Amino acid sequence: MTADPRPAHPGATADPAGPSGRRAAVPLDPSLAPPGTRAFRDAGGIPADQWHADQNGETLVPTHCCFCGIQCGMYLRVNRAGKVFGVEPRNHDINRMRLCPKGINAYQQVNHPDRLTAPLMRRSRDEEFAEVSWDEALDFTVSEIRRIQEMYGKDAFGLLGGASLFSEKTYLVGKFARVALKTKHVDYNGRLCMVSAAGANKLAFGIDRAGNPFSDILLTDCLLIAGSNLGECFPVLTQYVWGARDRGATLIVIDPRETAVARTADIHVALKPGTDSAFFNSVLAVIVEEGLTDEAYLAEHTTGWEEVKAKAAAYPPSRAAGICGVPAEQIVQVARTFARAPKAMAWHARGIEHHSQGVENCLTVINLCAATGHIGKPGAGYGTLTGQGNGQGGREHGQKADLLPGGRSILNEEHRRQICEVWGIEESELPTAGTSMMEMVWQMQRREIRGLIGICNNPFVSLPNYRVVKEGYDAIEFHAQFDFFLSETAANAHVVFPVTTWAEDDGVMANAEARVVKHNKAQEPPPGVRTDTWVMCELARRLGAGDKFAFADSREVFDELRVASRGTVIDYYGITYERLEETGGIAWPCPSTDHPGTPRLFEDGRTYHDDGRIHLQAVEWHLPVDPYSDEFPMSLTTGRTIAHFLSGNQTRRLGALVEQSPRPWAEVHPSHGFRTGEPVRVTTRRGSEVFPALVTEAIRPDTVFVPYHWPVPTAANALTIDALDPRSKIPEYKVCACRIEHAGELDLVPSPPMAPGHVAYPETQVSRTDPSPPTSPQGRGTSEGADAP
Amino acid sequence: MMGRTIFIDPGRCIGCQACVSACRECDSHRGKSMIHLDYTDEGQSVASLPTVCMHCEDPVAPCAEVCPADAILVTADGVVQQADTTRCIGCANCVNACPFGVPKIDLGAKLQLKCNLCYDRTAYGLAPMCATVCPTGALFYGTVEELQAERPGVQVADTFVFGRTEVRTGVAMVVPADKVQWPVPGGLPVVEINGKDVRP
Repeated sequence: MTADPRPAHPGATADPAGPSGRRAAVPLDPSLAPPGTRAFRDAGGIPADQWHADQNGETLVPTHCCFCGIQCGMYLRVNRAGKVFGVEPRNHDINRMRLCPKGINAYQQVNHPDRLTAPLMRRSRDEEFAEVSWDEALDFTVSEIRRIQEMYGKDAFGLLGGASLFSEKTYLVGKFARVALKTKHVDYNGRLCMVSAAGANKLAFGIDRAGNPFSDILLTDCLLIAGSNLGECFPVLTQYVWGARDRGATLIVIDPRETAVARTADIHVALKPGTDSAFFNSVLAVIVEEGLTDEAYLAEHTTGWEEVKAKAAAYPPSRAAGICGVPAEQIVQVARTFARAPKAMAWHARGIEHHSQGVENCLTVINLCAATGHIGKPGAGYGTLTGQGNGQGGREHGQKADLLPGGRSILNEEHRRQICEVWGIEESELPTAGTSMMEMVWQMQRREIRGLIGICNNPFVSLPNYRVVKEGYDAIEFHAQFDFFLSETAANAHVVFPVTTWAEDDGVMANAEARVVKHNKAQEPPPGVRTDTWVMCELARRLGAGDKFAFADSREVFDELRVASRGTVIDYYGITYERLEETGGIAWPCPSTDHPGTPRLFEDGRTYHDDGRIHLQAVEWHLPVDPYSDEFPMSLTTGRTIAHFLSGNQTRRLGALVEQSPRPWAEVHPSHGFRTGEPVRVTTRRGSEVFPALVTEAIRPDTVFVPYHWPVPTAANALTIDALDPRSKIPEYKVCACRIEHAGELDLVPSPPMAPGHVAYPETQVSRTDPSPPTSPQGRGTSEGADAP
Repeated sequence: MMGRTIFIDPGRCIGCQACVSACRECDSHRGKSMIHLDYTDEGQSVASLPTVCMHCEDPVAPCAEVCPADAILVTADGVVQQADTTRCIGCANCVNACPFGVPKIDLGAKLQLKCNLCYDRTAYGLAPMCATVCPTGALFYGTVEELQAERPGVQVADTFVFGRTEVRTGVAMVVPADKVQWPVPGGLPVVEINGKDVRP
């Protein structure tokens, strides 16, 4: 602009007041950002009565997006007939009007023609599904539960929940399993999400959540993002990242791929998948070597530092560079940048958590933050980016195999007693700890588990090693599934219960900051559809536990949940629906109704361990479980694309998102000699699949990337390994040995199959049969013609 | 010159297409998206760039100037509206005239379609739908002062040169602060016509 010879440029001659009645700007000002304030929420707002004249009578229902762990605020547009028909941005603290394409299109699933509107049932998998009455489906389910439990014992029946459910429902899943089914086998799909971070945080800090709110990103001087394709998985967070960068913060990205955020980073460390803990150990070694540690902080606030320091010393940059496949100078550069910054933060996601050493990887990041004293201050701390909408809240209240509400341990006698008191049962009736989601599938394979209810999850796409998953599910005698679309997993069930979407019920979710937000009901469910709460309570009643499940609605469940969490670390007691409606959300712990919540942890320097210290853990790096060999010399890594959510059961039905990413692809480096669009066969020890190649320099030559949202025959998870982290039991999705080769005929690249009962849109069909590959690493083609259904 | 306008910052674009989806949700185009999203460096980088109508000011909107049916209205505040459906004859002159490649033609309906800066929203003081939702701020709606308050030191440009023609636009681009060039070169130089080298 300085070179412009003329005085005027955009805005220079503007009337500062502008045209009539405009809203205030929405500034990215950190002083206005602390969560819980209403500064942003009410700055704008939508004059619903001033436009959309053709939608006379339209109302806007404030709620949140159903998808990822950011939980962006949005309004659902509801017409006079009471139907959701659109979306309007909402100026909520978290997202300040911003939405990603998933959020914009989410409303389309509410009244989607694929919605299930009557229970489906069949007595064996050889039969076709038939629509039946609710009574018939519930009675058959209850008789099968009784039969299996009488023949094989209570624990022969399992329950798998989901982290897309409201917290009220996840609380009910845990209670239903233990009180109505009386089984120890309950777990949830958050086991595939961020339990490694949860485990590490619990070990180090005694609390399982991020230490800082998103708004702290704006205040930091150095932002380290490890293993997160933040631009595609949490697009709305980029405004915080760019905001930090605008204020001069240094951006460090650790990722084998040059993602959209890595492209703009000051330092992008493209390390080899599965080597994160070696890298972070080495960074720590440099920090120690150069005297950049905060010794006063370490002495006052931590235990185990000497062991950590000694272990890190075994990873000098010269050694780690060889392990990680990055220049040693880069390790030194990261160490100096992070340690010398007045305030530094580390955020991580599945990239370092989806490993057989996932907990260790997260612990090394915590070690780094603690060693430099970057903990518990505005702009300094750590955070984990939750993949699922309620990935944080979904594990807090007893849906996880080893946890009771409030994060209590099911193995702790005192905790058991407390919960039995709330639930009104004898302690002897309460089962003990069960196994994790993948382990349950192995037990199904071995016929130790004979019956299963799945609630809003889709393991046929989301679990690793598809062959094992299919065998496990095929082996069980009875399988019921709750869902609002017929997912690949539901299509394998005996009974499918049609349940509500997020827009048809009230409930809360906790986002990646542990901020509890309230979703509001925007429309009545279609006729024939019931809430998950109703179905669980009705099943419990028929199983003889009706008195423990006499809940009329979500509010009643939430009030019991508040009481059940009272006095724990995960204290929801002070959070009420009314308070959530008044504020932009409240971060737990919140022990009383006049408590403001706890957006930032450890501000007083104390952790949630009895001694108030951070328990640092020394970590030894080890090779990924699936060994490299001459036959399988490369790393296969998986991840998301922006247009789709997890197993794609929801987003693969929305025309605009299908158009954006119609199919998976294999991202490979040009050095392999492929051309973009050529069929490439990716083979691992579990199987072999063909994908169109996407040739790009934005990936390491020794690594292949395949997005995981699609079912077989183009399922990344037919190739991934079901090795688990020994502590968190998270599968090692992010690395396994593979090889790639030309697949010959283009015909070998199959189109993803449509789900049974799919009602196809013309635009969608064109995309699905189009043999051309995506045209960029984000997997997107031109936007033209991408019409919504 | 408009008081508030869209600023496009390619450095922030992550290619997410939220703008494309949002544009479709805006009432002014009834389910059609008027945004182009381009990947500028395929195979080497994930760089991407959204293109909205630049709302040319000087010369006044080439699309409107060449319209034989006088279908394209330019409002007093500089917004170049999409073609009036009662006048548009679908001749595509506007498509050929636009130096930024913005207008689209619905061949079936013989109608031109283009971004009209969400007139239904901006008239009420709201931001256009694309800039409202853009998760990264690659599309920003406001005054240059508001932009600079939020992004200290940011440099913008609103004049582009195509050969010997200079076009000044209502919508502005963020340009790298250390490479301010004025005006910004637009399009590709014509080097050959009918096999003949026409480079000056």
